[in-house]
Amino acid sequence: MARAELMNFDAALDQFEPVIGLEVHVELNTRTKMFSSSPNPANSQFHSAEPNTLITPVCLGLPGSLPVVNETAVRYSISLGLALGCSIAASSRFARKNYFYPDLAKNYQISQSDEPIAFDGGVEVELDGGRTIVVPIERAHMEEDAGKLTHVGGATGRIQGAEYSLVDYNRAGVPLVEIVTRPIFGAEKDAPALARAYVATIRDIVLALGISEARMERGNLRCDANVSLRPRGAQQLGTRTETKNVNSLRSIERAVRYEIQRQAAILAGGGAITQETRHWHEDTGTTSAGRPKSDADDYRYFPEPDLVPVVPGAELIAELRAALPEPPAARRARLKVEWGFTDLEFQDVANGGLLAEVAATVAAGASPAAARKWWTGELTRIANATGRDVTELATPAQVAELAALVNEGTLTDRLARQALEGVIAGEGSPREIVDARGLAVVSDDGSLYAAIDEALAAQPDVLAKIRDGKVEAAGVIIGAVMRATKGTADAARVRELVLERAAAS
Amino acid sequence: MSDITAEQVAHLAHLARIALTPHEIEHMTRELGQIMSAVERVNEVATPDVPPTSHPIALHNVFRADVVGNTLTTAEALAGAPEADGTRFVVSAILGEEQ
Repeated sequence: MARAELMNFDAALDQFEPVIGLEVHVELNTRTKMFSSSPNPANSQFHSAEPNTLITPVCLGLPGSLPVVNETAVRYSISLGLALGCSIAASSRFARKNYFYPDLAKNYQISQSDEPIAFDGGVEVELDGGRTIVVPIERAHMEEDAGKLTHVGGATGRIQGAEYSLVDYNRAGVPLVEIVTRPIFGAEKDAPALARAYVATIRDIVLALGISEARMERGNLRCDANVSLRPRGAQQLGTRTETKNVNSLRSIERAVRYEIQRQAAILAGGGAITQETRHWHEDTGTTSAGRPKSDADDYRYFPEPDLVPVVPGAELIAELRAALPEPPAARRARLKVEWGFTDLEFQDVANGGLLAEVAATVAAGASPAAARKWWTGELTRIANATGRDVTELATPAQVAELAALVNEGTLTDRLARQALEGVIAGEGSPREIVDARGLAVVSDDGSLYAAIDEALAAQPDVLAKIRDGKVEAAGVIIGAVMRATKGTADAARVRELVLERAAAS
Repeated sequence: MSDITAEQVAHLAHLARIALTPHEIEHMTRELGQIMSAVERVNEVATPDVPPTSHPIALHNVFRADVVGNTLTTAEALAGAPEADGTRFVVSAILGEEQ
């Protein structure tokens, strides 16, 4: 496929105003699916299930099966709606969205059409530079997720060129909330960054509510980005494209930026934008045309006859409103002050998605600095190296205990990293691992003297050098002592003692 | 008012993946028109004070507790599949309609 012409980003902004709209799908982490008592793979407890093992007749739309609404999913959806500043519908209804595609066996998706559970809200989104933009929310509605298709036989595993597809219906029926913004004007050159920050804010909100695992790499949080351009001064909106399923924060920013540059080149060349879905390609950083938006969008919504309306009483709404967590923007501002972090330190934690972990670690007794160091340092390094999620490696309580062991002098940083290895390997709590592995710092000078004397006696030439004032030669002895004590000695203390013994002998 | 057109019938047939001959389209246009006329009689009694209804029984808030129940085995789940690979359903490649 020929690479699309791109206009320089700043030049594109000179000529055109970008207007974006974002659709975010949030998979709820209830124990069961939206309409069936099957375990929900979006709950991490069931995440690694084998294909087609989280299935009931409802998930397959088998004859005679009937959907029944998960009450917890409704509560979560209302809470999310409230957190998005939305009104909650006095009465809300499910609808069938009809289409033929094997990702759902019923040939329709149960969704909501003209009576969504939540509507007319707004979310305050803070950009890195401190600029704040209120993103208007049109609606948030409940629906079910679709199954997962694996295309086989195509050159790239994507749908084009596939010979057949394998379907796993575990994900079919997972509770979803789709959050749809109104067109967002005025972001201008910040449009790509705003798209990213908006999704990050949604992630913060659902994590604070505890209603989703919110792992983008697992598809718990997915974003479709609508982008259109209009010439400066024009009133009418331009034709938009919808880039589907962009699954990382970084990609969202890149995809919006790419579409602005691609559309600007077409429009400036006198061409027209085709209204279509586009696929994001992570490897090349480009989008390519998917299906055109035409009669394929004729979903023939109608009220789902198998389900009755959801009528949340004022009491329930008041209860859920009272239980809402602090809004993310306010929480970030408060934590930054409480922790005393610099802008850079705080961004390190926030961009790593580690605010909740650091907060919980501090709550468990660690200093903010130590909590930040462990989560953005060693734990993030190990997560990157092993391809695991950092939050899977250790709990905040374990990290706080490690920090306490270092603080009280039981462990050096290096020993603490060994203890962390044990924690990650599931050997127990840090204290248990210190005991089991014999990791505690040897602070008994007596046993160190013996090891030092032995090392000095074994290397008289080194001893002579130290005595001649070549202090750096002590490193050899320190290394020997550290080996002899299996790394449990405090290297700084060993150094002091080596110099002292060398001078005295 | 039952002015359903042949174009609409052809469009619906396409959406429903039903292949119709021109003759069948003509036939269905007539039949659907008659059905529409019959259904439209509802308009005669649906005065503004009758709220639209989507369900014969005036129920709301029928919920299920979030408690895991029984699931099918993979073999049971795949039992009705025309084709399967042991753990997953096999379907022919479908182009250009990714949702």
